[in-house]
Amino acid sequence: MNWFTNTLGTSVGKKLMMAVTGLCFCGFLTVHLIGNLTLYGGKNLFNAYAEHLHSLGPVITVAEWGLLTLAIIHILTGLTLFLGNLNARPERYAVNKSAGGRTLGSSTMPYTGILLLIFIVLHLVNFHFADRTYQTIYHIVSRVLSRPEYVFIYVAAVIIAAIHVSHGFWSAFQTLGANHPKYMPFIQGAGLSFSVIVGFGFGFIPVFIFSIAG
Amino acid sequence: MTTAKNISLTLKVWRQKGANVRGKLETYQAKDISTDMSFLEMIDVVNEKLTLDGQDPIAFDHDCREGICGMCGAVVNGRAHGPEKGTTLCQLHIRHFSDGDTVVIEPWRSRAFPVIKDLAVDRGALDKLIQSGGYISANTGGAPDANTILIPQEVAEKAMDAAACIGCGACVAACPNASAMLFVSAKVSQLALLPQGRPEAAQRALSMLRKMDELGFGACTNERECEAECPKEISISNIARLNREFFKAGFFSSVK
Ligand code: SF4
Ligand code: FES
Repeated sequence: MNWFTNTLGTSVGKKLMMAVTGLCFCGFLTVHLIGNLTLYGGKNLFNAYAEHLHSLGPVITVAEWGLLTLAIIHILTGLTLFLGNLNARPERYAVNKSAGGRTLGSSTMPYTGILLLIFIVLHLVNFHFADRTYQTIYHIVSRVLSRPEYVFIYVAAVIIAAIHVSHGFWSAFQTLGANHPKYMPFIQGAGLSFSVIVGFGFGFIPVFIFSIAG
Repeated sequence: MTTAKNISLTLKVWRQKGANVRGKLETYQAKDISTDMSFLEMIDVVNEKLTLDGQDPIAFDHDCREGICGMCGAVVNGRAHGPEKGTTLCQLHIRHFSDGDTVVIEPWRSRAFPVIKDLAVDRGALDKLIQSGGYISANTGGAPDANTILIPQEVAEKAMDAAACIGCGACVAACPNASAMLFVSAKVSQLALLPQGRPEAAQRALSMLRKMDELGFGACTNERECEAECPKEISISNIARLNREFFKAGFFSSVK
């Protein structure tokens, strides 16, 4: 192994990959959310937005493959770290109690992560791989989200994503070494705000579509 | 002023005869314990009775009993060194418990810290970490004059805060991932902050981190339990510094 893989292969190296890919996903979530807001503008605006995206052609293809690569790195590294960490404590404690460091987000990272993965597969099947020959993307969205069970799944997934991000965001900065007494409170605040924005921003969309599709 | 009184506790203590045998929680009564006693003195009382009864006393580590050596430690009701903040087990007093409480006492649990007996664990892994880079190399000879190297007060304070680590291992015990990042970060920071530590900083960060992985400690997921449990209240900002030192060493230094 050379110096590069040697460095990335350590526990902190793996965390570096988690942090960088995780922050990229935060960026993606932001763009995705802004795009999705066009749904509030109604059918034509949303279809026009989708149209515009597709007209970008190769840019979109590159972005998709990029996201897939990031996802593979994030998932495989995350699972490796998760299993390694389980292995680091073969005998568990009879009594577990937090001293106040852990949060809902931090203590559930691997689980929220796995649930998100399952959701993303479903989400891609629902919309990305849906047959668009005879229907516009808006039709697909409103058909899927006119079913209460899907509204429930989507809202739940968004809440899970918000919980994941509530720890992931500041944690990424800490891992990158960006813990500074002047900026850390801001970073933590930004992380929490971001997770709330993700939660409400994405969370209302299925409810909104359901209510107008109903 | 609180006046001492006596209380009784029900203890559930991890008993394990040796490294390779299965252990289990055993129940003992600690009767009429003065609230002025320390937690270890309470175990002493229980042990006296066990010895008189011809039973094996509970094995546990301790030395200074004044919170400075880092020898003591056990997980008490799920909390490393017990429920008080910034306190070692030897400095935890029975006045923080109530009459009739059930107290579960377990050893530090980590693959890197095998149980020797009962509550005593082998923390030799922390020594191996120090040997892998937690030092500076200095030539012998006349001691250099004081203040030939000027160190700003603020930097000296930070280094001293990191140097407060007594190597007890509570951070590992409290970490949901049994990671030793707080310990390693305290040692790396203490030296990296000072000019005397800079010459070997890159090698140190790389070696200590690789050693940590090799010894079977987990990876940090920024749960912050270590910082909350550390009896010396070492800050996780040291972990961020360790990461910076590690990235600098791994990606930008010529050290391999
Ligand atoms: S960092 Fe704190 S908890 Fe960890 S070994 Fe040092 S003193 Fe103990
Ligand atoms: S016995 Fe020395 S710190 Fe507790």
